[in-house]
This record gives sequence, C-alpha cells and structure tokens, in this order.
Amino acid sequence: MSARKPEKLRFLRVFRAAPLAALIACSGEYPQTTFRTVTDFGQSLNDLFGRVFWWTIPILVLVEVVLLFVVIRYRRRPGGPTPKPVHGHTGLEMLWTLIPALIVVAIAVPTVQTIFATQRRAPDEALMVEVVGHQWWWEFRYPEQGVVTASELHLPAGRPVHLQLRSVDVIHSFWIPRLGGKRDTNPRPAREGQRPKLNHLTFTVSQPGSYLGQCAEFCGLSHAIMRMRAVVHTPEQFEAWAQRMQAPPAPPAGTLAERGREVFLRSPCIACHTVEGTTARGVIGPNLTLLGDRATVGAGALANTPENLARWIRDPGGVKPGAMMPGTRAPGGGLPPTGLNDADVEAVVAYLLSLRSGE
Amino acid sequence: MAITKARAATVTAGPHARGGIWSWITTVDHKRIGILYGTSALVFFLVGGLEALLIRAQLARPENGFVGPETYNQLFTMHGTTMVFLVAMPAAVAFFNYIVPLQIGARDVAFPRLNALSYWVFLFGGLFMNSSFLLGQAPNGGWTGYVPLTGPRFAPGLHIDFWVLGLSMLGISSILGGVNFITTIINLRAPGMRLMRMPLFTWMTLVTSFLLVTAMPVIAVALILLIFDRFFGTSFYAPAGGGDPVLWQHLFWMFGHPEVYILILPAFGMVSEVIPTFSRKPLFGYAIMVYSGILIGFIGWGVWSHHMFATGLGPIADAFFAIATMIIAIPTGVKIFNWLATMWGGSLRFSTAMLFAIGVIASFTIGGISGIMHSAAPADLQQHDTYFVVAHFHYTIFGGTILGTFAGIYYWFPKMTGRLLDERLGKWHFWLMFLGFHLTFFPMHWIGLLGMPRRIFTYYDELGLGSLNLLATIGAFTQGVAVVLFLWNLLRSRRHGVVVGPNPWNAATLEWSIPSPPPEYNFAVIPEVHSREPLWERREATPAPPAPEPAIHLPPPSHWPIVVAFGVLLTFGLFLANVWWVPLGGVALVAFGVMNWAFEPGH
Ligand code: HEC
Ligand SMILES: [Cu+2]
Repeated sequence: MSARKPEKLRFLRVFRAAPLAALIACSGEYPQTTFRTVTDFGQSLNDLFGRVFWWTIPILVLVEVVLLFVVIRYRRRPGGPTPKPVHGHTGLEMLWTLIPALIVVAIAVPTVQTIFATQRRAPDEALMVEVVGHQWWWEFRYPEQGVVTASELHLPAGRPVHLQLRSVDVIHSFWIPRLGGKRDTNPRPAREGQRPKLNHLTFTVSQPGSYLGQCAEFCGLSHAIMRMRAVVHTPEQFEAWAQRMQAPPAPPAGTLAERGREVFLRSPCIACHTVEGTTARGVIGPNLTLLGDRATVGAGALANTPENLARWIRDPGGVKPGAMMPGTRAPGGGLPPTGLNDADVEAVVAYLLSLRSGE
Repeated sequence: MAITKARAATVTAGPHARGGIWSWITTVDHKRIGILYGTSALVFFLVGGLEALLIRAQLARPENGFVGPETYNQLFTMHGTTMVFLVAMPAAVAFFNYIVPLQIGARDVAFPRLNALSYWVFLFGGLFMNSSFLLGQAPNGGWTGYVPLTGPRFAPGLHIDFWVLGLSMLGISSILGGVNFITTIINLRAPGMRLMRMPLFTWMTLVTSFLLVTAMPVIAVALILLIFDRFFGTSFYAPAGGGDPVLWQHLFWMFGHPEVYILILPAFGMVSEVIPTFSRKPLFGYAIMVYSGILIGFIGWGVWSHHMFATGLGPIADAFFAIATMIIAIPTGVKIFNWLATMWGGSLRFSTAMLFAIGVIASFTIGGISGIMHSAAPADLQQHDTYFVVAHFHYTIFGGTILGTFAGIYYWFPKMTGRLLDERLGKWHFWLMFLGFHLTFFPMHWIGLLGMPRRIFTYYDELGLGSLNLLATIGAFTQGVAVVLFLWNLLRSRRHGVVVGPNPWNAATLEWSIPSPPPEYNFAVIPEVHSREPLWERREATPAPPAPEPAIHLPPPSHWPIVVAFGVLLTFGLFLANVWWVPLGGVALVAFGVMNWAFEPGH
C-alpha cells in the first residue's frame, strides 16, 4: 500500500500536502503534528487537504485584497462625488456564483474519491488489533497473537493494519495524528442476532518509530490524560515483542522484585490487572505485562520511573483526577484502599519495572 | 418630518406605568422587551466572557494548575452553552424586537404578551442554568452534551440535570419568539411594504424565525428523550438497554446545524443594513441577498452530519454530507461578494458600526474558508475535535455573529436612546477587539493541526504548543480590555452621548423616520412605502404628511406573562426533586396563568 514513488514526485507531494507546515517555524518539534504523517492513510488525507487548501486560499486572498482596496480607494473624502445608486449587476452576480460552484466541483470530486478509498475493507493479510476505549486509558488486543496490552499500540511497519474500534463506557476517539485521522470508539448496542456496529481504521505504517496520540472526543473528567503512543517496529521486532508478551520473564529468586511479585499477587491489584504467566487475571484495568517497557504510567500521566510508579500506586487519583483505581489510602474504581505500606510499594515497583523485554 | 411629531395625546390605552421596576415587569412594548433582551444578553456575555478568560488562563502554559479538570469542564461547557443560547441568540432577538416592527412600519409585534412570555422564560432558563454554579454543580458535558457521557450512568449529580432542563426552557422561549416574528413580519407590514421591499435585516429575521420554529422542536425531542433517560430510567441512548448514543448526535446536530444559521443570519442582516448606509449606496443585488439567505436556511437542514465525520457513518453518508456542505458555501460566498460590490464605488464613512461590519467581512471569510476545509470529510478527520475547529467556529460565530452584533449596537444605539455611542471609544473598542480576536483565534489553526484536541484541561509540554497557546491567551485578555471599554462607552453615552435626531446616519429604512427614541406607539401615522429605500427616495421631495389618526390602540401592560413564565420555571426546576408528581405544581401555575391571560380585559 505504501507505494514507493520516485524521489522527485515525492518532493512534489510534500509540497502539496504540507502547505501550512511550510509557513510555521520549522524549528519546533511537534510530536502530534498532522503534517508529517507516516501512513498511506495519513498521506491521502494530507493530499486532499493540500488540494482544498490551494483551491480555497486564493478566494480568501482575493476577498481580503479587494476589501482592502475598496476601503482605501472608496473612503469618503470631502467634496467627493455622490455614489451612483447601483442596484446590482446580473452578469457579475452570475459570475461569482458560478466560479465558486466550479471550485466546489474541483474539491468535491477528490473528496468523494478519498472518502471511498480510505474506508475500503481491510485486506485479509492485515494485522487485526481491537482498540478499546476506557475512561481514561486505551486497551489494545491482538487476537491473532493472543496478546493484550495498554497505552502503547505496538505495530509492525510495512504490514497493513486493521483497527477495530469500540468502547466499554462513553464515546472516545482514537487519534494518533501521525498515523492519520481519528475515528470514534462508540459503545453500540449489541442486539441479539446482530453483530454490533464497530468502527474501523485501515492503514500501513511506513517507518518504525514512536508516535504520540490522545483521545479526541471529550469523555469526562480526565479526558486530557487519556494518551497513548504507537510503537512501530520492524516486522521481526514486532514478532519478538509479541512472543515476549505471551511469555514474559519471571523475576530472579531472592530479589526485591520477587518479593514485589508476591505482594502484587496477594493484593487487590489482581482483581483488575493481568500479568501474563501469573495468577493475576483481572480485566478491569490495563494489562501490566511488560510494564517495564512502557514509557509512561497512567495513560501518559507520568514518565515511567520508579518514583513516578510509586507515586501512582500510592495515589492514582492525585496524579490523575478520577482514575478508577484504588490508592494505598484512598478508595478508587469501586474498591477500598489497597493498604500497601511503603516497603510493599517499593517492592511492587521493583517487580513491575522488572517486567521488560530485557536489553 | 412632520409625521414624527404627532402628539402622544392621540394614544388611547390602559394606564401605562411610565417608570419603575413594575413597568418593566409588566411591559408588553416590543421596544422595552428588546432592551430587556439586550441587557440580559450583555450580562450573560460578561459571564461567558469571564469563563473564556479563565479557560485561557488555564491554557496559558502547558501542565498548568490554575484550575483543575472538574472546574475546567464546567467552564468550557457553560462558556459554549452561554455564548450560544444566552448571548448570541437573545442579542439577535433583542434587535428583532426593537428594530423589526420599526422597519416594517408596525406599532408592535403580533402577540405582545407572548413576546413578554418568551423573554421571561428565556431569562428564567438562563438564570436557572447558571444557578448551578452556586451548588458547584454546573453542567460539565460540553455544550453538545454527547451521550452516554451525559446519561444517568456516567453523569450522576445535578450537573446535566441543570443543563437539560435549562435548555428545554430556552427552547420553549425560542419557539414562541419564532412564531411571533413570523406572524409579525407576514401580517403587520405597513401598506406598500411588499416582501421584496423589506429591509434585509427583516428578511433575515424572517428566515431565522422559520429556522427557530423548525429546529427547536428537534432539540426538544433530543432533550425530552434524555430527560426520560435521566429521570424515568428509560434507555433511549443507553447501549446497555439497547439504545444508541449515535441517535443523540443525529438529533443534536439536526438542530445544531440550522442553529448555526440561526446565529449567523441575523448578523448578516445587520451587516447588510450597515454597509449600504455608510457606503451611501443601496445594497448590491438585493434579490440575490434575500434568495441566498433563504437557500442557506434550506440547505442548512441537509448538512448536519458534517459534525459527525469521525463517528463512522460510512462512506455514502460522509460523501452526501460533504457535498451538501460544500454547496452551502456558494450562497454564503455570494453574500460576501455582494457586500464588497456594495462598497465598491461607494463613499465609505468609517463609523464604528461600519468598522465592525468590515471586520465581519474580513473575519467571517476566514471562518468560511476553514469551513470548506472541514467539509472535505477525510481531511476533517485530522481537524475534527481539535483547536482547528475551535478556530473555525470562533471565526464564524465571533467573527460573524458577535462582531456583526456590535455593528448593530453602534448603528441602532442612537435610535434606542437618542444619543450616539462615543465614536472615539468605539474605535478603541473595535481595534482592540479585532486585533485581540485574531491574536486569540488565528494561532488556534496551528494549535489544532499540530495535534491539540479541544476540551482538554491541560496539555503536555512535549507537544511544543506552549508559545502558541500563550499568544492566544494574550489575545483573549486584549479582548477583555476591549469589552471593558465598550461597557464604559455604553454607560457613559447613555447619559452623556451626543444627542441626535431621527436619522443620524442618513439611513434609508423606516425606523429612521421616527424620533429617537421612538414614542411608545412608534408611528403616529402608519407610513406608506413605495420603495426599498423609502427615506432616500423621499430626500428630494417630502410628501405632505397625511392627517394623524384619531386614536391609536396600544395593549395595556400585563403581569400574566411573567406569572406563566414563573410556572414554566417551577415546572422544570421542580424536576430536580426527582419525584414525578412534584413538577405538576408548576404545571398548575402555568394553567392558572394561561386562564387569566386568556380573559384579561383590554387585549
Ligand atoms: C479497581 C481496579 C484496580 C485495582 C484494584 C488496581 N488497579 Fe491499577 N489500574 C486500574 C485502572 C482502571 C488503571 C488505568 C487508570 C488510568 O490510566 O486512567 C490502572 C492503572 C495502573 C497502572 C498504570 C498502567 C499504565 O499502562 O499506565 C499501574 C502500574 C497499576 N494500575 C498498578 C496497580 C497496582 C500495583 C495495584 C495494586 C496495588 C493496582 N493497580 C490496583 C485499576 C485498578
Ligand atoms: Cu476518551
């Protein structure tokens, strides 16, 4: 899908697609920019935007220039002539109805083409990922690999991806700008004998990398902290990641991490969290397998450092208002406080951070 | 002109209390009701503006802790709800009330008491909704109120109750107003005032009124279903009970899109009065201006799902609504070109009113163009629910409706008070507001395209959007200063402004033929109209005034409208008790009021 075009043409495409990007100070680093997309999907949206931009901006410039001219040229001057009471001019009015009408045709045609092209059915070889919105975090399920993770959407580059979007509570919107446009995750009724109406996104990522995104449909208290990132691997790395997820490492005996594992497995944590390969099988909260690999905790609320992780476990609601997880002292998510003491927390942090793919 | 000097002695009507609060409470005079609407809208404008400043203060820098999400979500919800329903709409209605009867040569609106009722219901609805702040439970679901977030499961507490009940009241008020203005404009025109001689503002009022009576019932249905879900345990919108939340989006936007034309058409009408007056030229292409307004009103019904391109309606629906949306740009563009043509070859006088009207052309066009960008559905997937949209709709609603309304205020203030607003202060007001407006909203185009969603109480430093947001905040506070200047101007000029005669701007329409402020009966003699610009035609030869009419009947004041409105407030307010029969108390009061209303003597 990500057709390799000759370099020359590619340059032209960038020119057309990123008209505004050229205008802004290029020095800044904008991880959620919509201009530098890395998928075929994103590219076709930007191509369309570029077209609409170049068809419409001249009208804007024309109106503003004429306005400025009129304001300067026809300002009232003492002794100036009395204006002629012109009531209209059919020819002119036809002209400025017809020209916009033609412009509308010029942008409607590629719009409709792009609408149908970007909503085609996903190809059979596409990697299917179920995207599930929760207040206020993202879950990603890989039925093919039998893997579930949260906050970080792992994808292979070069292979078509088919995202199937839904929500377990309110409406959210999945948006990682550099991967292309957003799509709502709707909680739809599942009527008997009917498949629930799901939303879909299909695209192929062209370059490995890390791409930031966040929920784009207002979903309540901590909507602003419902963030995520796409971690795009080479196909080999992706396979390796999926295998790790199926069978994560256990902490070596005698370490703090091992004690942490015990604490974790006898705490209420397991009512909500899963760690693959353990007795923790809760599904209310994010899957914590390979948590040590994640860049953030709390769906982008904090960087994933030992101190921050401890802070999160002690008081998630203080870090992220409304977080549906109990702290050590405060209830949350419908459960009483976990009551872990500082040593317990320290051990659990060591355990969770030890859940990583090595290196 | 002699006809304006008729003696008030010819008026026969019940005792009119001339001053005092009671005279305002019982008034059925369209001019007084207009002033009530305008003043209320102004107060709500200050409230909504304050909310905006708090929002911008919070967003001034990344990861700011000025207000938390709980407060922030209430602020942006109430900012949107207030500015749309309690500011832009009633400000337009203030002018419908004050100006339209004068423009068509009428002595009042068709149903004066209904007019009073719709004002009081509006006021009570607005106060009711804002009273939620006192309980710390202001609405917090966004002005679009998407379910299931606003349903009983995810929005416990009174927040959303205040919102649905308050909005329902405002809807009632709008429908009553719409009916009244349609009837007034169709039936009460002076002899010779054919439809195609009506001033553009009256025309846009007519179109808007039709939109009000047709669109408001749609949101009423949406709200009633939500009220049932919240208070009576139905599940129209709850997926768990087989309901579909997307239904709400369809209903809301089926109302919501005509609503944006309800917001913009009156301002278009005002601009279409101001520009010819200060260009000393008749409006260019009057007929096209009228038809394009009507066309916008019609097509406005077929574009609602362009608010839902990310909802996942499928390619056929997306394509249909994309094309319809692009088509509506054509009549809108025609209006802009015709304004330019009106000014072309004119003799432009840059009064403050004219500056604001020119500001509308300059700003609204930008909003129109970004609107076309949204209409390209796939491109919109990157713009929807970001600050790009925030920029777009502020360019249309602020750059169009609010700037247009200010043009109207500077233009008609002398008619309402007999004094000019200070022009020097006015120019400061204009320039600060115009520059502040662009400083606030222009950067938002980039903020959105660089990845900032709307309705987030905080954004992270790593997005790199701190300085653009700071710029927007500086712009917002500049506008704040402009509003303070305007208030000062208003208060000062009301007492000390330059005194003027009937027609200070040398304008062409009928309202300028009578004294400023107009007498209670408006026209001592109902004028006869022979053209679209009656006062310009008459400039050469003023015909001898016809003899004054022997007696003018004016409806006496009535307190039943406010009683009925209070009953409406009780009905909706008592829903908060959440016991099904309690609101019946309010219904009883409404019934009692309506009975007395029906048999009130003198009407
Ligand atoms: C009531 C269910 C519940 C319980 C019990 C619970 N959590 Fe959570 N946890 C959640 C939810 C929900 C989230 C996601 C919160 C958010 O980001 O909004 C979460 C998030 C987390 C995260 C961050 C994951 C990420 O990807 O950002 C960590 C780490 C975590 N929990 C650890 C724990 C530990 C350790 C315990 C036990 C001491 C625990 N949780 C108990 C529900 C729970
Ligand atoms: Cu969300």
